[in-house]
Amino acid sequence: MSFLPYAVAAWVCIVGLYGIVTSRHLIHLALCLTVMQSSTYLLLLAIGYVKHGGPPIYKGVKLGTTSVDPVVQALTLTDIVVSVTVIALILALALDVHKQAGTVDPDEIREMSG
Amino acid sequence: MSWALPLPVVIPLIAAAVCTAGDHVLPRRLGDAIGVVGAAGAFAFSLVILLASEKQTQLTWFGGWKPRHHHVAIGVAFAADPLGAGVATLATGLVLASVLYSWSFLRDAARAYDTLMLLFGGAMAGFALTGDIFNMFVWFELMGVAAYALAGFQVAEVGPLQGAINFAVSNTVGAYMILMGIALLYARTGALNLAQIGHALSGHRPDGLVIVALTLLVCGFLIKAAIAPFHLWLADAHAVAPAPVCLLFSGVMVVIGLLGVTRCYWTVFDASLAAQAHDVRAVLVALGIFTALLGAVMAFLQRHLKRLLAYSTISHMGIALVGIALLDEKSLGGASDLLLAHGLLKGSLFLCCGILLVRYDGIDELQLHGKGRSLPVLGIMFGLGALGLTGLPYVGSYLGHAQIDEGATANGIDWVQPLLMIAAGVSSAAIFRAGARVFLGWGPREDPLLSAEPSESPPERTASMPALFAVTAALLVLGLVVSVAPGLGQRVEQAAGRARDRIAYVDRVLRGRELPAPPRPPVAVESTATDSVLYGIGATAIAFGLALVGLFRRRLPEIVRTALRFTLGPPLAALRLAHSGIVGDYVAWITVGTAVVGGVWALLLR
Repeated sequence: MSFLPYAVAAWVCIVGLYGIVTSRHLIHLALCLTVMQSSTYLLLLAIGYVKHGGPPIYKGVKLGTTSVDPVVQALTLTDIVVSVTVIALILALALDVHKQAGTVDPDEIREMSG
Repeated sequence: MSWALPLPVVIPLIAAAVCTAGDHVLPRRLGDAIGVVGAAGAFAFSLVILLASEKQTQLTWFGGWKPRHHHVAIGVAFAADPLGAGVATLATGLVLASVLYSWSFLRDAARAYDTLMLLFGGAMAGFALTGDIFNMFVWFELMGVAAYALAGFQVAEVGPLQGAINFAVSNTVGAYMILMGIALLYARTGALNLAQIGHALSGHRPDGLVIVALTLLVCGFLIKAAIAPFHLWLADAHAVAPAPVCLLFSGVMVVIGLLGVTRCYWTVFDASLAAQAHDVRAVLVALGIFTALLGAVMAFLQRHLKRLLAYSTISHMGIALVGIALLDEKSLGGASDLLLAHGLLKGSLFLCCGILLVRYDGIDELQLHGKGRSLPVLGIMFGLGALGLTGLPYVGSYLGHAQIDEGATANGIDWVQPLLMIAAGVSSAAIFRAGARVFLGWGPREDPLLSAEPSESPPERTASMPALFAVTAALLVLGLVVSVAPGLGQRVEQAAGRARDRIAYVDRVLRGRELPAPPRPPVAVESTATDSVLYGIGATAIAFGLALVGLFRRRLPEIVRTALRFTLGPPLAALRLAHSGIVGDYVAWITVGTAVVGGVWALLLR
């Protein structure tokens, strides 16, 4: 198993975090959050990878054929489903912010500090 | 009893579905009634499970996927030990109180409100009862989504929206950290069941992967638990959420974060880190103390009552983290007692704020100056709530404080107790000061020390006051008697001992072994050490003294005031600056905090 997918996962995670920290636009911020989330897919799928393994579908396949780990794929799917909800909610909130404040820059709507 | 195990989750989820499905068909009040019935059912079954779990850890395997061959767990299990069942009971009980209060407080709220409350409660119960680490993540996220929506509920103003976004983004970053930690543990052990992971790790020295997984999981959960420097979102979320939602945020949502840390440490990481427990302890105790003091100071700088109470919550979470981090039975029991009393008392204080909002259209300490005189009963309740949080001997949260102090002494740490006393004193001083200004009209009407905040419009002007008072008083009374409830302290300590016993947990979950029922603890008021009584009195003295200083500092001699301004001014200004209200800054603090915690552990845990 190559080291590369793990390095890519770490890199994507850091890029996403950097985007969130420096974001000046709420939609951009939500997308950076999905970038960070993508790193969790990469990590999960890399963990389940088996060399020369087929997809984890066992119908019509000879018994004993190697396949990749189906558990991490189930985890990835659950992760996608759950996170889509969160992103949808953040985007909806961003839309409302735009309606109320006329801007989507988090630095300009500083209602709260201290 | 195992058949009842999924019910605290299933009942509110079904009720939530019915509420949503009947949105346009059912009359408004019927929808609310479904909410109340769903919450009450979940609470009743949580209580039943709690009582059963005290005799035996309750287990249920979904779909009958029991571990059979070689005791390998493939299915997903709910495993309720008394600690988890206790948190589930607290969660569902507070949801019940919250929907009862909302019955008249948010009479015209959108129907989605009941649905979100039920989802929130069901998800918290699921998190507390599950025995599977990925299942924990799913409940954690479901709980999060419901909470973000509840925080941003009053979408007509910018403040709530910003608070909800800060909350959602910070906690989602935390959830991804938790997921990465879970993925790493799965990579190492090939298991997702907590008992199975712990079993696979036991006997192996910690390596880099285990330490990274520990850091990601602990820091992810500490974001939810609002431990500094991961705490910045909490005050924003509380400032904007309706009072009954704040009750849940402060009373139990943050507790869920601490339960996550406790559960993961004792079922999973203890297996490989037991020999280096003192290094884990050092880092977490330091974080706890830092949080307790920081939260207390920030609470003292607030004028928005809900934001003030939110910072006081952060301070108490720090104290509870110290209890958990000491890693012994007495302190963990103390943390549990503290969180129980805190949840009830802080909840009642938030509900008092809700009543103030309905009655006087405001939640700002300076604007409400002296207005509360016409509601003396509310003033007394507010004062008693604050007193219960301070740790005056045998009142409210005292038992928890005392057990943590004794645990620290037993661990040979003697500098923690005075610091915790100061933190409890200062955060209560803030509440006393606000109470005295609002209900007694003491102190000046202007105070440049306090931060300005957005105002909040009342949700309901015709709310039925007796109903609001009844729920608030019920929580207050329950919270005040925690320290003197006969047998409670001993039973909680026994529950803490069970939560720490990894070997018995593995035996029960993987092999289904029935352990002999533990002896019933004596039914007596827990006695505490003289030191703890003194610390309790000390905290109360600090609270009253500092509250008076906050109110009447203009009467201090000029020289003292100048000295205070020059010594305390710059650090307080820096603290205020750090709490910037910008979500990017919050995530930067989270990243730095995680890197520091991970770095220290990487150096120590080898």
